[in-house]
Amino acid sequence: MTARISRRAFLKGSVTIAGAMAASAPVARAAKAIGKDKKEHIATLIDISKCIGCEECVYACQKANQAKYPNPEKPFPKMYPKRVPIEDWSEKKDVTDRLTPYNWLYIQNATAIVNNEEIELTIPRRCMHCDNPPCVKLCPWGAAQQEDNGLSKINSDICLGGSKCKNVCPWDIPQRQTGTGLYLDLLPSFAGNGVMYKCDRCYNRLEKGKVPACIEACSENVQIIGKKSDILKKAHTLAKKINGYIYGEYENGGTNTIYVSPVPFDKLNNSIKKGKGKPHLGKAKDSMALGNNIAKAMLIAPIAGIAAIAGKFYRASKENK
Amino acid sequence: MEKENSIMPLFYKITLFFLTLSGFGQMPIFKRYYIADIPGLGWLANFHITHLMHYIFAGIFISLVVYSSLDFIIFRIDSARITKIIIIKIIIYLGLIITGILMIIKNFSGTPFSPNFIILLALSHFLFCILLLFFLGYHLTKKFKT
Ligand code: SF4
Ligand code: SF4
Ligand code: SF4
Repeated sequence: MTARISRRAFLKGSVTIAGAMAASAPVARAAKAIGKDKKEHIATLIDISKCIGCEECVYACQKANQAKYPNPEKPFPKMYPKRVPIEDWSEKKDVTDRLTPYNWLYIQNATAIVNNEEIELTIPRRCMHCDNPPCVKLCPWGAAQQEDNGLSKINSDICLGGSKCKNVCPWDIPQRQTGTGLYLDLLPSFAGNGVMYKCDRCYNRLEKGKVPACIEACSENVQIIGKKSDILKKAHTLAKKINGYIYGEYENGGTNTIYVSPVPFDKLNNSIKKGKGKPHLGKAKDSMALGNNIAKAMLIAPIAGIAAIAGKFYRASKENK
Repeated sequence: MEKENSIMPLFYKITLFFLTLSGFGQMPIFKRYYIADIPGLGWLANFHITHLMHYIFAGIFISLVVYSSLDFIIFRIDSARITKIIIIKIIIYLGLIITGILMIIKNFSGTPFSPNFIILLALSHFLFCILLLFFLGYHLTKKFKT
């Protein structure tokens, strides 16, 4: 059975449906405009062939960011269920061969054959500062944040240490310290587990017009920083000059860290040690792309609702006649 | 109408169930509390899958709400009584949809929302979800009593 409608209801129905159709048009336009006028990101170029592995950058990072490191309270609160891992780096602050909450940059070693000669390469590794960072976009509370200039950072005042950012990061970059942060004031035994830490692009130095500590400390000028378009141009010129390869331009949909290497990155990826706190140099597909494509397709949702009601309205008005 | 009257609440129930499930899946709790260990529920610990699922069911939910609202305006507004319950429901649904759409927009590259606004969005979306659960709980207990 279909609903029956009067002439007045017919007019009202037609106007309502037409209005709803018109209202959905600006939504479609707004969605098209998303991301079109974004501010240009800053990026870094890392010339792997220049790095001598002296770790000056690593120590400069530690020195510059000392004040941001965690001071966990011990003993840690008992956590339930028992499977929740305690991650404590506070007694291992001097570890520099991987990423930790107290070490946001480390040097990866690789061997490769260049011109029939075996060479050692050293690669500074830290957060890639993705263009559309899943760590930021998927953080349930907005504790991981991205600035207009593209840098991403984790706000240690509100991070609950659930480690989702690490889970969704293609390189598993953020590292957790238990026993610190906001979760201690909420339900420490049942929710949260500390705070996640990673390179924050020395945002506070950038705000003062300084370059990041790791860049300033490097005597070999391995890294340069600048506008993303300039950095990409320089990276391509350099890659052409040395017949080299680029990593970070398209990985995870694009990042603000562009590596240039004389050796293909899949070879480097095979050579480096990978694992906990030791990111890969392999492929990384754009992890936000599928969701965002579905989001665009969702524009059809209100239209589907309007179409369904228009169908019902049509049936009702036909029956009325 | 009878067929529709029984199908629509069922659509709403299924959609709201999966929306809530995938929504809670955005927080790292299903693995911690062994729920993702239940055979067949491992996907609940995969944030990308729950994220996509949340989007898909949000799309269905929006279609349902648009349909019901227009249906109400065209066919029932003259005879219907707008009760307090309906107003509360409208506020909660609108709150969820508006904060949800803003969060979807946020997930595109280069959206100009400030970090503080994003925190506000996340918290208010969560708050509307809790209100919805209370509302549904209240509704259910009332139904059982009568
Ligand atoms: S990037 Fe510079 S400071 Fe860091 S290890 Fe390489 S050469 Fe040394
Ligand atoms: S590399 Fe990982 S931690 Fe860094 S911005 Fe990208 S997703 Fe976030
Ligand atoms: S940019 Fe700053 S925080 Fe990041 S690795 Fe360099 S020194 Fe460390």
